[in-house]
Amino acid sequence: MKKTLLIASLGLGLALSGVAQAKTLVFCSEGSPEGFNPALYSAGTTFDASSQTIYNRLVQFETGTTKVIPGLAESWSASADGLEYTFNLRKGVKFHTTEDFTPTRDFNADDILFTYNRMWKEDHPYHDVGGEYLYFGWMDMGSLLKSIDKIDDYTVKFTLTKPESPFVSNLAMDFASVLSAEYGDNLAAAGRKADIDHKPVGTGPFVLKSYKKDSMIRYIAHDDYWDGRSNIDKLVFAITTDNSVRYQKLKAGECHVMPYPNPADLAAMESDPDINLMRQEGLNVGYLAFNTEKPPFDQKIVRQALSMAIDKQAILDVVFEGAGSIAKNPIPPTMWSYNDDVVDYPYDPAKAKAMLDLAGVSGLKTNIWAMPVQRPYNPNARRMAELIQADWAKVGVEAEIVTFEWGEYLKRSRDGEHDTMLLGWTGDNGDPDNFMFVLLGCEAAASGGNRARWCNKPFDYLLRQAKQKTDQAERTELYEMAQVIFKEEAPWVTIAHSIVFKPVRKEVIGFKVHPLGSHIFYDGVDLK
Amino acid sequence: MLHFLINRLMLLVPVFFGVTLVAFGFIRVLPGDPVEVLAGERGVSPEKHAEILAQLGFDKPLWQQYFSYLGDILQGDLGVSIITNRPVIEEFFELFPATVELATCAIIFALIIGIPAGIIAATKRGTWVDQGIMGLSLTGYSMPIFWWGLLLIILFSNTLGWTPVSGRLSFIFEVDHVTGFMLIDTLLSDEQGSFWSALHHLILPSVVLGTIPLAVIARQTRSAMLEVLSEDYVRTARAKGLSPFRVIAIHALRNALITVVTVIGLQVALLLAGAILTETIFGWPGIGKWIIFSVFSRDYYAVQGGLLLIAVCVMIVNLIVDLLYGFINPRILQQRNKT
Repeated sequence: MKKTLLIASLGLGLALSGVAQAKTLVFCSEGSPEGFNPALYSAGTTFDASSQTIYNRLVQFETGTTKVIPGLAESWSASADGLEYTFNLRKGVKFHTTEDFTPTRDFNADDILFTYNRMWKEDHPYHDVGGEYLYFGWMDMGSLLKSIDKIDDYTVKFTLTKPESPFVSNLAMDFASVLSAEYGDNLAAAGRKADIDHKPVGTGPFVLKSYKKDSMIRYIAHDDYWDGRSNIDKLVFAITTDNSVRYQKLKAGECHVMPYPNPADLAAMESDPDINLMRQEGLNVGYLAFNTEKPPFDQKIVRQALSMAIDKQAILDVVFEGAGSIAKNPIPPTMWSYNDDVVDYPYDPAKAKAMLDLAGVSGLKTNIWAMPVQRPYNPNARRMAELIQADWAKVGVEAEIVTFEWGEYLKRSRDGEHDTMLLGWTGDNGDPDNFMFVLLGCEAAASGGNRARWCNKPFDYLLRQAKQKTDQAERTELYEMAQVIFKEEAPWVTIAHSIVFKPVRKEVIGFKVHPLGSHIFYDGVDLK
Repeated sequence: MLHFLINRLMLLVPVFFGVTLVAFGFIRVLPGDPVEVLAGERGVSPEKHAEILAQLGFDKPLWQQYFSYLGDILQGDLGVSIITNRPVIEEFFELFPATVELATCAIIFALIIGIPAGIIAATKRGTWVDQGIMGLSLTGYSMPIFWWGLLLIILFSNTLGWTPVSGRLSFIFEVDHVTGFMLIDTLLSDEQGSFWSALHHLILPSVVLGTIPLAVIARQTRSAMLEVLSEDYVRTARAKGLSPFRVIAIHALRNALITVVTVIGLQVALLLAGAILTETIFGWPGIGKWIIFSVFSRDYYAVQGGLLLIAVCVMIVNLIVDLLYGFINPRILQQRNKT
């Protein structure tokens, strides 16, 4: 038996050395993609396997930042009223050639119309193929768009119903990945429309070669990629759901990069000479929201007092095990317009108690809702709730911890059944609007997305002004002011921003941790 | 025999309907629905929520949903996964061979070690050998699968480097999906060394999944053997001067096997349950992992379809076990024929 194993390992070793010449990068991904059209799904796992490998968008996020850079559009301009955006498309961009499709033309404006109209127009022949266009709906694109016009083969104009400066960032999001209209026509003629989402054809740096559910996804480099062929010849996603096992595979050299390590393994990874433990502050925020419609949380002074009563450092040490930073603003520090001048409430139980007395609040009984799931912005909500419960007990507030099944939790909290609750947010497009307007605006207070149910007119006015300006410097100023109001009013206790860790083997060079959570194996990524 | 078979098959009909009801009810008893879970923190407006639920047919009264589901099942349609938009039956049978392959290897491992261990323990009753085997089997039976799997990975894959950590086949091999059974597909392919790689990948998961059945089989074999060994006919066989090997292997074991076969039948359900954890640890692309994911995402059609198909498999295996009794012990068949 030993001999057989030895021969088998020898064979494996020889084969591995043979493959080393054709550079193969193995990514131990955390799950199976839901499908291969990012417009239909919402999981980061799906985006890694589709939009970040197979597709491109009109504009894209620069790897490692949230800066919007040209993608399939070489340049773009906005009209003075902020209602029209004109995109000049890149020439000579080739779609993938696959077993099912050989493109006869380069990418052009028809592909843009096909992609967007499919999501937008209910009478589009592909609209009902596949399912819901989740992010298109969540970003409210349907009511934002007035028309999309092809000016010529390489110019497209988007007209909006209202000025919305985060619009261009929206177009860089995964859901806006550009499909081939020619492929769509071919499939429609062959009566195989559904294949467009399962046998993807894009313009991206990698071509999908094969997929075995829950097992492996294989890609090969796109030889004619418009931004230069990838250094990696073959890209493999070895699907490994358990994070401890992913680490064992990384250690054994069975994969080069792994996402979402187990916090308990971080120390060992740090001291492993074969592993480079990369880190970056996540584009997220974890918070406790006060239901400002319910007394006594409708009083600013009570919210401020309870904010002061929480020892955030203890939460960071216990719940985040150090893998986070204290949050003082509703947006993370890596985001533009982050106001570093804002001063957070200090941990001061004595002052908190005095303020509660001043507000005439004594013997307060309340609840803290704790999420039943683990999220990047809150690895253990139950534990966090217990710490807050203990802190509040010190100032005479008795809080009961409540939890529900996740779907139920979201639904009931949207209906405002909670007194105080834990939740958080991970950014979609790197724009401050995507945090502040969605989570704290008056519109969101009415629809329930604003769990504090807090509608502050001056704050909301600033956000609406910022939406209408296209100049980033002007917008920064408005958001900075909004953050000052937010802190003063304290509708949330901002708790923490997590730190995202990415263990990568030393032989991988040029890999960057992306703030939006994507894993990108193009753009300078190579193997030694 | 035919009469017996028909009787048994008739009995399966109410069981089948019971299972459809349980599978249908189970996922709906859980709070939350797929639309809420999918939207997460982003939320979904009540109008949109209602619209999507209506599209999926979840707005109708439960009894109506159940009967339309039942009607679809009888036509062989298990519905379409809410998450992936693919037919449930297609997803299931894409992953099922991997689970069958793993479960078969696990049970073979359990039998090869478990039966001889049970026989040895029975024949050495009361000695340290017996106590040692029973002690080990109790340990195996109590072993948490997750912890056991990780322990073996750390020892055999990382420290000794003998086995791969997880997966079904090394990424360097590209083998076509023919039967879905990796051992067969690799034999059919012209990728040299791929069969060894597949076998190599099967070792640890089979050992982990087979550990509990092994313990059960060893203990059952021991107690069945002890019972049989005290029977008169065994004493007679011994008195006739037959060799101890003949007495044990030919006379005693065959009768003891009836209990063991029953246990194997029962183990199939346990194996499928154990597969959920084993598949998660070893990145094994089988139905266990798929069902778990479907439950978490409230993929109603996938969960009810998957549970139904698994239940049908367990029913079929138990039917086969019933039939096997007759071959092992013809007296049972005769008794059945009389009744």
